Amino acid sequence: MIYLIEKFKKEYLGRSIVTVLGIVIILVTLSITGFLFYKGLGTFVTYNHSVWEFLFSSEWKPADNFDGGGKVGAAIFIVGSLLISFLALLIATPFSIASAVFMTEISPKLGKKLLQPAIGIFVGIPSVVYGWVGLTVLVPAIAHVFNLPYGFSVLAGGIVLALMIFPTITSVSVDAIENVDNGYKEASYALGTTRWQYIYKVMLPSATSGILTGVILGLARAFGEALAVAMVIGKMLTFPDNILSATNNMTAEIASDMGNSAQGGEFNDALWSMALLLLIISFIFILIMRIIAKKGEEVK
Amino acid sequence: MKKIFALFMAVVLVGITMTACSTNTKSSTSSTTSEVTGSLTAAGSSALAPLVQVAADNFQQLNPKASVNVSAGGSGTGLTQVANKSIDIGNSDVTAESKLTADQAATLKDHQICAIGVAAVVNSDVTVTNLSKQQLSDIFTGKITNWNQVGGADEAITLISRPESSGTRALFKQYALDNAIESSNTALSSDDSGTLETNIASTKGSIGYLAFSYLVGKYDVKKMSIDGVAPTLENVYNGSYPVWGTEHMYTNGEATGVTKAFLDYMGTDTFQTQMENLGYNVISKMTTAAGKH
Repeated sequence: MIYLIEKFKKEYLGRSIVTVLGIVIILVTLSITGFLFYKGLGTFVTYNHSVWEFLFSSEWKPADNFDGGGKVGAAIFIVGSLLISFLALLIATPFSIASAVFMTEISPKLGKKLLQPAIGIFVGIPSVVYGWVGLTVLVPAIAHVFNLPYGFSVLAGGIVLALMIFPTITSVSVDAIENVDNGYKEASYALGTTRWQYIYKVMLPSATSGILTGVILGLARAFGEALAVAMVIGKMLTFPDNILSATNNMTAEIASDMGNSAQGGEFNDALWSMALLLLIISFIFILIMRIIAKKGEEVK
Repeated sequence: MKKIFALFMAVVLVGITMTACSTNTKSSTSSTTSEVTGSLTAAGSSALAPLVQVAADNFQQLNPKASVNVSAGGSGTGLTQVANKSIDIGNSDVTAESKLTADQAATLKDHQICAIGVAAVVNSDVTVTNLSKQQLSDIFTGKITNWNQVGGADEAITLISRPESSGTRALFKQYALDNAIESSNTALSSDDSGTLETNIASTKGSIGYLAFSYLVGKYDVKKMSIDGVAPTLENVYNGSYPVWGTEHMYTNGEATGVTKAFLDYMGTDTFQTQMENLGYNVISKMTTAAGKH
């Protein structure tokens, strides 16, 4: 008997707790997915809109009641989300890779002492603060520099997001670079390469799949971020003419109208459809990451 | 690589859990003859929330055993939650009939205690102080794009609006623009009145609209008269200022217990004076000239 209790304590107790907690998380994920599908399909099932209209029409005028009959073209928001996220990626990736290289190869001492803590702080800043600083510093600055009536723009959103995803891409890239086989380095130096030649010709190419994972992770984060972007893009219901014009995106639109629209009405359901689309897009990102990861392993 | 993937999943999960927030509140009501006890929850319209919060603070001081929880969340949230009985009072800028199904709306009882006026506001650099209703709709529909077309300086007009589902926007559209279709593809949008005020104050040549309650003691934006009538409580009372709407406080069925006591308190003379100081119109003081909104 005592033996059994002892055995339970030593082996099964911890294992059961871990298993139960793990299962709970899986269930939560599944139920959120299920719930989003249930809510998000309302637009197409209850209110009879086509998926085509939702994805490719830019006429957004959902009726805020249970009769329906409005227009649910979400193309402006989708394009807005894509544009701002990719702009953020474009800005952040060079800085991230440069910092990662600096921290791992060029000056590990300075990197670990200064850059890494700084990046830690970046992660810790809440997104509302990023948005607020963007609103009070960046938006007026853009207006001033480009001589515009206001600075709410794709550019402002892209810069704010770039700051927010920079630490994600950097830390994943650092991991990837640190995972590069040390033998490569030794072999390169033995062949007489300079440090930069090693970094550029050997290290980065072999860390590519890891870095790409970081980039997509950053893209996923950028896509889902609502608050900070919402504060600086102006939320104008139009496609942007250039990166200096205001537009809207999915997360900002959901946040704007989710409280005021009646739950179960056409408007609210259309917002849920956007939430579902965000989930699907994040699934696609996960998929792409797995493919890249697999390719990376095959190469090795 | 597995580690990275696990990290990614963790980020996604945390994001999802944090985004999915729920507002479910339980409440119980009971009342005795002399003392009000029990708790109630009111949620909904963000235009009405500040007023209800002040009323709740006063009410709880008068009735130490009662507790009143007030949250905003939007008119749609207030209406939906009171219809499914998860809250006791649902605050809304619009009628229940306009957002809910007829069946849902039929169970709700409307308590009209105050009205709220909406004023067009501009950045302080705008020299124009009065606009006709026609000029106002031309501005918001995008026909007039420069202040010099309405007697001001040569400066581009920047429209700053509220989201499509906003109650303030609905009032302004109906009574100031006579239901003209706003040009949303040239208007910036601010999620709440506080942000809109900040954006108007910081954007030169901008115009937007705010409820009177957001304009008490504020001097960073300028109020605009409509057809020569200034946006004041008096002008709403006497019917000369047209842009205002009744605020609705819905209960599911007749109000009872602490909910009834609270609504009664909001109708007392002492509180009504305070209401006006906070920028809300008292509904019982509306003259017949003002009509029904």
